[in-house]
Amino acid sequence: MSANATGSEASSAGESASTTADGRLRADLVLEYPFNRTTGEIIGAFLTGLREGVIYGVRTSDGSIMAPPTDYDPNTAEPLTELVEVGPAGEVKSWTWCAEPRRQQPWNHPFAWALIRLDGAHTHMLHAVRVASPAEMRIGMRVEPKWNAERQGHICDIAYFEPVAG
Amino acid sequence: MRDIAIVATSMVQTLAMDTDTEVEFMVPVISDVKRQVSMEAQDFGFICSGSSDFLAGQAFSFVHTLDAVGAVPPISESHVEMDGAWALYEAWVKLQLGEVDTALIYSYGKTSPGSLRDVLATQLDPYYVTPLWPDAHSLAALAARIGLESGQFTATDMAAVAARSLRNATDNPLAVRSAKTHPNLTTAENILAEAEVVPPLRELDCAIDVDGGVAVVIAAEDEARRLCDRPVWIRGIDHRIDAQNIGARDLTRSESAAKAAAQAGMANGCFNGEKLDFIEFYAPYSYQELILLSELGLIDELGLSADGSGGANGDDFINPSGGVLAGHTMMGSGLMRLAEASQRISQGKGDRALAHATSGPLLQQNLICVLEGE
Repeated sequence: MSANATGSEASSAGESASTTADGRLRADLVLEYPFNRTTGEIIGAFLTGLREGVIYGVRTSDGSIMAPPTDYDPNTAEPLTELVEVGPAGEVKSWTWCAEPRRQQPWNHPFAWALIRLDGAHTHMLHAVRVASPAEMRIGMRVEPKWNAERQGHICDIAYFEPVAG
Repeated sequence: MRDIAIVATSMVQTLAMDTDTEVEFMVPVISDVKRQVSMEAQDFGFICSGSSDFLAGQAFSFVHTLDAVGAVPPISESHVEMDGAWALYEAWVKLQLGEVDTALIYSYGKTSPGSLRDVLATQLDPYYVTPLWPDAHSLAALAARIGLESGQFTATDMAAVAARSLRNATDNPLAVRSAKTHPNLTTAENILAEAEVVPPLRELDCAIDVDGGVAVVIAAEDEARRLCDRPVWIRGIDHRIDAQNIGARDLTRSESAAKAAAQAGMANGCFNGEKLDFIEFYAPYSYQELILLSELGLIDELGLSADGSGGANGDDFINPSGGVLAGHTMMGSGLMRLAEASQRISQGKGDRALAHATSGPLLQQNLICVLEGE
């Protein structure tokens, strides 16, 4: 499920095999999921961009900008190649309220889920918006990302979005 | 094209199969359809099942459930990690090829040990969405709000759908939620007075997740007529899928449902110019039923009213079983829609019906099947 933008080291399973004094071949048992996926030129570039604090979209076949980007056009299936910087601020196009956050979710206090159209993009990105109560949420409000100080090329490098001041 | 019909159906559904494993609660269901057509496992030309390892928490979990069929002596068998409606589609193709004349299809889901609305986050985009772990109700709420804001439907329309589900589910023994369990919420007005638990969704806008299973037998031509008194013929069937990226889709539409319906022979709400007697939708959120009606060209004709009645067609036109708001079996509810429609036609409560199944987030993938009684 998780992916690494840069790939990861090959498994070390089996390297500790050795013959011991009793003449039996022994090896450690390593329980693992030994698959890596490369994220490719588009998703990989997006994730690398997050690490640098930049958000990329991709130009689709009809000229519109899709962010986050995919490698292929959702309508024509053509390969897409032209990355375009978008955001980082954007506009809330829909929202709901998460009153009881789950452990893995972006924020451990109640927060809003939102579909955000980043500036320059024509599609929506899902993320959390940190506000104190649902009364502070409305469609059309401006939000901007709060970046984590240490970033690793992951969607959660954006800790959450927050209302643009003023 | 060969004429292919549903000739036997059986279902089970309850809030939680506390003590039974999947194989244990599927034995009676599969045995029931075998008995209806007087066939043993080896007599079926093909057997196809639908289920999810993500629910069972185990790889190749469907192999265990094959014990409910009986796999010795060997049988010809396949499995899809999809709702059983897609298993039926695979079997239908096999029969169309002329290789076999009969097929047993079954599917099941036991979600009570976990939280399905959270598990479903694993079906989303693995880079952009799953790591945020949005639950299924929240995604539906985001889509519903877009529909409400655009004026495509109102909160009253959504509540009317939920109220009708409760009323229609009253006499359905498989329903977990109905007018019996919620006697004071059978009108849209009363539902609108309830709290928005995942705004703008109220509890009754969201299907209740339950455990269950379903088995169906299909047969071709004369074999179908030999196996039952009134075969329910599959007149049209097709499935289509929309883009994976939910942020790039128009969430007020279900283009794949419209395409599948057209491919299955539907136009302007009719099948080959003939009106439907009723519809069974797989819409786990109330607003999704309104989108599907719109895609089928039926919403204007129905003129859904505030009391939740189906307009001129009456309550029984849409989801006479109560639909999945009354009980949602993950991996089973789609095939159950076909089975519900088939049973109703067999009982003479209609001659022509549309059954719908969906898969993926927010109506991403849709299957449309038109059924007609002999």
